[in-house]
Amino acid sequence: MKKIATGNKAVAEAVKQAAPEVIAAYPITPQTEIVEQIAEFVTNSELRSRYIPVESEHSAMAACIGASITGVRTFTATSSHGLLYMHEMTNWAAGARLPIVMANVNRALGPGWNIWAEHTDALQERDTGWLQVYVSTVQEAYDATLMAFRIAEHEDVLLPVMVNLDGFTLSHIMQPLDTVEPGDFIPALRLPHAIDPENPAGYGGLTGPEQHFRFRWEIERSMRDSVKVIHDTEEDFARRFGRKYGFTEDYRCEDAEVVLVAMGTLGKEAEVAIDTLRSEGVKAGSVRVRWLRPFPALDFKGKDVVVIDRDYSFGFGGILAHEIRAKCGIPVFSVIAGLGGQEVTYEDIADFVRKRRIGGEFWFGVNGHV
Amino acid sequence: MISQCSLLVRIAISSSRIFYPRTNAWGLDIIAELPKEEFILKCTSACAGCSDSLALRYVLKAAGPDTVLVVPACCTSVIQGIYPNTAFNVPTYNVAFAAAAACASGMSNALRATGKKTNVIVYAGDGGTLDIGIQSLSGAFERGTDFLYICYDNEAYGNTGMQRSGGTPLGARTTTTPGGKKDTKKDIDAIVAAHDPPYMATACAAYPQDLFKKVQKALGFRGPSFIHLLAPCPPGWRFPTEKSVEMGRLAVKSGMWVLYEREYGKLTLGAQSKAALRKPVPLEEYLAPQGRFKGIDAKTVDELKQRLEKNLRKLAAEEEAGA
Repeated sequence: MKKIATGNKAVAEAVKQAAPEVIAAYPITPQTEIVEQIAEFVTNSELRSRYIPVESEHSAMAACIGASITGVRTFTATSSHGLLYMHEMTNWAAGARLPIVMANVNRALGPGWNIWAEHTDALQERDTGWLQVYVSTVQEAYDATLMAFRIAEHEDVLLPVMVNLDGFTLSHIMQPLDTVEPGDFIPALRLPHAIDPENPAGYGGLTGPEQHFRFRWEIERSMRDSVKVIHDTEEDFARRFGRKYGFTEDYRCEDAEVVLVAMGTLGKEAEVAIDTLRSEGVKAGSVRVRWLRPFPALDFKGKDVVVIDRDYSFGFGGILAHEIRAKCGIPVFSVIAGLGGQEVTYEDIADFVRKRRIGGEFWFGVNGHV
Repeated sequence: MISQCSLLVRIAISSSRIFYPRTNAWGLDIIAELPKEEFILKCTSACAGCSDSLALRYVLKAAGPDTVLVVPACCTSVIQGIYPNTAFNVPTYNVAFAAAAACASGMSNALRATGKKTNVIVYAGDGGTLDIGIQSLSGAFERGTDFLYICYDNEAYGNTGMQRSGGTPLGARTTTTPGGKKDTKKDIDAIVAAHDPPYMATACAAYPQDLFKKVQKALGFRGPSFIHLLAPCPPGWRFPTEKSVEMGRLAVKSGMWVLYEREYGKLTLGAQSKAALRKPVPLEEYLAPQGRFKGIDAKTVDELKQRLEKNLRKLAAEEEAGA
């Protein structure tokens, strides 16, 4: 069904169709619209979920954990400080192998209070064992949320999935949305370790040095196995509903001599800059990284690489740039732009490419023009 | 494929599933009359004389097999044993320190959503209840979660070696109050009562029949119920291991710990505490055997006495007003 929706509403629509038994959430700008919409669905009986209006994000994730371990489908949504407040429990959710799905509306961290887009919130969750996907359009927010349930709950994964959408530049913009009837696209959840009083077991108790690493390895092994599950899920989605996704979205890369890499809405907007550059005769392309965990296989051989980071690791550099340097073994031109909703135009993006200094770093707005 | 689900422990000992009558066991006078089925097996790693594990034995006898325990970081996380073993014969979900009530809230909602009546019981220490977990406790009670929250109170962070908690009484020495605690014990019962739960009670590990009845009663209510349980701790309070029950009884007989229950807001004092109101055992008899009160000055003892008398009078007045 075709309609017009915001990124937030699109996420809520997907949650309605996945119909989790339990949703526990706490409001935070710019995510609030998701939980408001879900609360409305529940009140109208359009969605037969238990909606737990918890008193904090720490409790939101704890409640999802408690619900999930009984073997039911669960969802929550948060942003920024809310995500960081639940950080202890995001680790717990992954360690406990619970297929919780969460939408995170990417927003800057204070102080000072800034409610606009930045990826530093989700990137501080990189090492928790959550799968992370970054989306760029309203349609993609919807599609990725639907797929997240199937991926998380797959027996080869059983890890939580975080769907990231940029605050305001995606959460609050209106775009066309085509909703689908998922049917059996998301099979019923069968959690092999669900609690069962008929078969009592202990969960998450004391685990010594001779055992702990085994469970850590199990997380990594499932993270690696998730690559195939993500691929198969996206293929099946394309077959059923006609929209194709991958670990990255590549734009005019085939003969490109310079490639611009970014995540989220900036990664999508880069396509306009690429067209501009192409019209000037620059052989440029863009790669929008969708899945950050598991990290995609990237091949930039023989190409100049410009990375836009809407995030920063103080004392080190742009986080995506660093991951690409480390995984691909290549130098890049690292641009820090768009922090806290800083305006970045297509022309600015084109300039990052035109005036690239491979091996260098550039803070947009601080260092002046490139 | 996950070959070994994370931190999942299968119990080696097969548990016989006998029909468990859900009857009120009013009038139980001797421990021998309590159900024979054991849910705490003989392989705990509890300290000698531990009244936390003793009390949990009776809690689970009262709750029966269709029960899930939610345990935040506390002594009970240690007592259940080390992977791949567990001494608990009901599903036991360990969760982060501040998260027990919220986790139980999700669990209860999920179980009820799928038509299951399984008891959800949080078994948390005083640190996880009065201090770090108070936010999630308050939230779960405010939302009317269908569960039983039991705070077993050994009046300090016992698991980490007796640091002060909000539950440590005035004058008690802990590793972080080496000169004796300067502040008074937090009144968690008043805080819980402000949430107006259908049922709340105090109990003490030294009175297992009373505890058994209160747990059964609490589980009969829909919505949140709360039991605040005094759990004397031999290594923490520094008294001989064989005196755990005696210390619990002295706490009640001196009026330092008051047994009561509050049903839909109506308070009933326990017979033992009514006796303490009439003729209390001198507080010094409770304090003297405990190393944690060694060297306590007369002024602090006097303040403890005044506070316990005030508390007893207040509760007695509440009972009278409700009668």
